[in-house]
Amino acid sequence: MAWTREQMAARAARELQDGFYVNLGIGIPTLVSNYIPPGMSVVLQSENGMLGMGPFPYEGEEDADLINAGKQTVTELPMTSYFSSADSFAMIRGGHIDLSILGAMQVAENGDLANWMIPGKVVKGMGGAMDLVAGVKKVVVVMEHVSKDGPKLLHRCTLPLTGERVVDLVITDLGVFSIDKHGARGMSLIERAEGVSLDEIRSKTEAAFTVAEQARAA
Amino acid sequence: MKKVYADPKSALAGILKDGMVVLSGGFGLAGIPEALTYAVRDSGVKGLTVVSNNAGVDGIGLGLLLETRQIKKMISSYVGENKLFAQQYLAGDLELEFNPQGTLAERIRAGGAGIPAFFTKTGVGTMIAEGKETREFDGETYVMERGIVGDLALVHAWKGDTEGNLVYRKTARNFNPMMATAGKVTVAEVEHLVEPGEIDPDQIHTPGIYVTRIVHVPVVGAKRIEHRTTRPRMAA
Repeated sequence: MAWTREQMAARAARELQDGFYVNLGIGIPTLVSNYIPPGMSVVLQSENGMLGMGPFPYEGEEDADLINAGKQTVTELPMTSYFSSADSFAMIRGGHIDLSILGAMQVAENGDLANWMIPGKVVKGMGGAMDLVAGVKKVVVVMEHVSKDGPKLLHRCTLPLTGERVVDLVITDLGVFSIDKHGARGMSLIERAEGVSLDEIRSKTEAAFTVAEQARAA
Repeated sequence: MKKVYADPKSALAGILKDGMVVLSGGFGLAGIPEALTYAVRDSGVKGLTVVSNNAGVDGIGLGLLLETRQIKKMISSYVGENKLFAQQYLAGDLELEFNPQGTLAERIRAGGAGIPAFFTKTGVGTMIAEGKETREFDGETYVMERGIVGDLALVHAWKGDTEGNLVYRKTARNFNPMMATAGKVTVAEVEHLVEPGEIDPDQIHTPGIYVTRIVHVPVVGAKRIEHRTTRPRMAA
């Protein structure tokens, strides 16, 4: 059985470590905050200028001056700090954020990422995505394995890139792939969702990948 | 020199010119200089190049200046919330330059700090870097981006004093501090206007040197929220 969105988020949460500063993108990545293990200290960064982002407010306690990067109302925590957008991206670009989890349209076997525009369609803009993938220490993509147009894990991205050789790990509904983005080892399947066959993954993946020992067994 | 003006219209008097570059603070609807934007609309000034992370939403913020076609070009990182923007852009009536959000913030910061250009990893290998100078530092490739200086910066602060010292509130700070430094003229609207000494000097975010004019715009009613998200209360 392929993983659900919730299961993908739970799998992504296993990349968290105690003391990590983390930026979560919109969509499935946002759900990852629901799976932070109890007792683990993880600080969420919101690129519009907030470190230590709390949950959504109770009804009636929304504050228009307190929003996340998706423009949703959020709350502050005892350890929260606020700062300007320039400081926020100094934090991101300067390599101070440990982990960025975000969605994607396409990922190539060398770690290239496309997630911001489809030529000929309305372009909304890249927001902070290009800065995040260029600056954050580890970049994890969470996405459906295939789109209605076909495979999303490709030899080469066909859409305009968000970043070149930036993705470390891809979590799809079918499995988990690591990418040697600075080396020559390419993409490797390291986990399969329970009940998903290697044949199914092969048939739905254009990118070349090796299969790690632990992903071979039935 | 007196910095305080009675209302947004007089705070902009003599400053606005067709074709000027306007920097506008805010992220989404948080910290946007809304009253000053109304005054820009009412002035009828046109052909503006506007530098702002977003373009407001339909009917609010910079959305107003799109309705009246006073904007010729936008420099932004994300404009997804504005339908009018998409229409005008697709019709060829509006120029658009997308900048990565951190690059945009840094371009403005650099402009205000007298730095004409800088190198960043952001966008290397993407269409953002096309036609721009690249250089290798310590084995990594960086792309050169230019600082931005505006003819006018419009900012929104929570509190200001009559000297122009500003304090922002929570995530309404966002682009406002950089915008304030990078305008040849900077006009600030503040929710609370106080006398010098009433703000702890250690707590000032934008020193008054950057603020040319200041106008008191008290909040009337509730501030607007783009996406109201809440969680249920636990039963007692």
